[in-house]
Amino acid sequence: MEKILVGLKRVVDYNVRVRVKSDGSGVETDGVKMSINPFDEIALEEALRIKERGEASEVIVVSIGASESQQQLRTGLAMGADRAILITTDKAPDTLSCARALLEIVRREGPELVILGKQAIDDDNIQTGQMLAALWDRPQGAFASKIELNGDTARVTREVDVGLEIIEIDLPAVITADLRLNEPRYVKLPDIMKAKKKPLDEIALADLGIEAGPELKEVLFEPPAERQKGIMVDDVAGLVAALKDKGLVA
Amino acid sequence: MTKILIIADHDGQTLNPATSKSVACATEIDSASIDVAVFSDNVSEVAAQAKQLDGVSRVLTVENEANKHALGAVLAPQVVAIAEGYSHILGCSTSFGKDLMPRVAALLGVNQISDIMSVEGTHTFKRPIYAGNVVLTIEAPADLPVVATVRAASYAAVESGNDAPVVAVDCNAEIPSHSRFVELQAGSSDRPDLQTAARVVSGGRALGSAENFELIFTLADKMGAGVGASRAAVDAGYVPNEMQVGQTGKIIAPSLYVAIGISGAIQHLTGIKDAGTIVAINKDEEAPIFEVADIGLVGDLFSIVPELTAALD
Repeated sequence: MEKILVGLKRVVDYNVRVRVKSDGSGVETDGVKMSINPFDEIALEEALRIKERGEASEVIVVSIGASESQQQLRTGLAMGADRAILITTDKAPDTLSCARALLEIVRREGPELVILGKQAIDDDNIQTGQMLAALWDRPQGAFASKIELNGDTARVTREVDVGLEIIEIDLPAVITADLRLNEPRYVKLPDIMKAKKKPLDEIALADLGIEAGPELKEVLFEPPAERQKGIMVDDVAGLVAALKDKGLVA
Repeated sequence: MTKILIIADHDGQTLNPATSKSVACATEIDSASIDVAVFSDNVSEVAAQAKQLDGVSRVLTVENEANKHALGAVLAPQVVAIAEGYSHILGCSTSFGKDLMPRVAALLGVNQISDIMSVEGTHTFKRPIYAGNVVLTIEAPADLPVVATVRAASYAAVESGNDAPVVAVDCNAEIPSHSRFVELQAGSSDRPDLQTAARVVSGGRALGSAENFELIFTLADKMGAGVGASRAAVDAGYVPNEMQVGQTGKIIAPSLYVAIGISGAIQHLTGIKDAGTIVAINKDEEAPIFEVADIGLVGDLFSIVPELTAALD
C-alpha cells in the first residue's frame, strides 16, 4: 500500500499522578511531563513494521493541538515516520471534531490504512477510531492485538472481553491498537537529529472547513472518593481472622 | 420527552449482566420509557431474558442473519435506524459497547459520554478519566440525542421480575459487507465469570510463570472465586488477555478482591476501586497496593498462598 496514517496525541505522561486544579476547572498540566499517548506509540510502531516489511511506502503521523504537539510529532519522526502534519488549535477539540479533522486529512492524503491508539490515557474515551471509521464509512478493527495484511483486506485479531476475536475487513480501514500489538522501539540519538530535517506541516483546524461540536460541557473535575485506610495483619492466621471478622469467609 | 433505548450485549444465548446494569443506570434518569434492543440472528432466548428485567418498558428485536456476530460496523447503521425518537441511546462499557457506540454517536453527529458512573440529571453525568484518578461531571446538549456507555461496576443489576412485551421491529438499514467475522477464541472456564463474580483472586508478575499461577487458581477454586491478573502477568504470558484487570482490561466490583503479587500500578487500581474489600499480599511493604488495601499482609506469596488455601478448608 502507499500510505499509512497514524494519529499521535500529546497527553500527560503515563507515570504522572495527575492532580485536579483547585477550582475544579481541569487537570494541572503546568510543569507536568507530556508524552505521546502510549497506545498511539504502539500504533506508530505497527505502521513502521508494516513499512519495514515492504508492505507500505510511507508513514504519516498526524496530531491535533497547540504548537507543543510538535514535540510528540518529532518523536514520531525520530521513531521512523516519514512526515508529520499538525492540525493546530489552541483549544482541545471534542472527540467528534477530532474524528472530522482526521477524516479531512484522510481525504487529502488517501491512506489505505489509518492506525490509532485504542484509547487516550487522559480522557479514556475510546472513541476516535470508531468515529473516524463511521464518518469515513469504512470498516474498523478496534482493540487490535495482531494485524495481518492480505492485499485488499486485513485480518485483525481483537482483544474482547471473552478472549480474542478475529475479523476480516476490507481496506481502506481504521485499526486501533491495543497493548499487546507490539512493543514500541526506543528512539536513538542519531534518529532524533535526522528527524529535525523531516517535513512537519501545519494546518489550522479552522482552515480544514469542518464543523465543530456539538460539544459536551465539562462542568467539574474532582478527585475520586478515597478508600479508607485499611489494616495490616502479620500472618495468614491474622488474615483469615480479619476476613472472618468481615463475614467474608465462613 | 425523555425516552431511553439500551442496546443489549449478549452472546446469542445469554444476556450479558452488563445490560441489566445499564438498565439500572437508565432507571436513575427521569424518563417516560426504557426499551432494550436485541440484535441477533436468533433473538428469542436473549429477548426472553431481557423482558424480565425490572424497569424495562419493551424489548425490541431485530432478527437478521447478518447480526449473528456483534460487529460494531454492521450493527451501527441498524441502531441508528431504530433510534429515531429516543432521547438517550445507551450501551454497555463492554468490548461490544465500546466498539459499537462511538460509531453510533458519529453517525448521529453527536459526541459520546463514555463510562457513566452516576446520573446527575437527564443530561448530566459523572464519568472517570485519567484511569479513574479524576471524576468529570459532563453535560450533554439538551436538544440532541445522548449517546453513552454505562460503567457496569458502578451499578448493581436490576431484579428480574418483569414481563415486558417483546416487539419485532423493522430495520431498513443498509448493512455493510466490508467487515466479516472469522472466529472467536474464547477461553473456557468453569470458574465464576471475572466481571460478575462476588469474589476475585488476582495474580501479578511476582508469580513468575504460568505454572506458578496454578497457586492462584487453586486458592480461587477453594474460595469459589473468579480469577484475574495484572497487565504484567498477561504481558508475560502467564494467563490470557481476557483475565486482565485495570484501565485497559476489565473494571470489576466484587465484594472481595484478593491481589497477590500485584504491586498496584494506578492503571490496575482503577479496575478495582469499587471492590467491597481489597486484600493485598505482597513481599514489598512499600507496594502501592497497600495504600488501597483493606487488609494487607507483607510476605512471600509462595508460602502464604498455600497456607491460606489450606486454612480455608
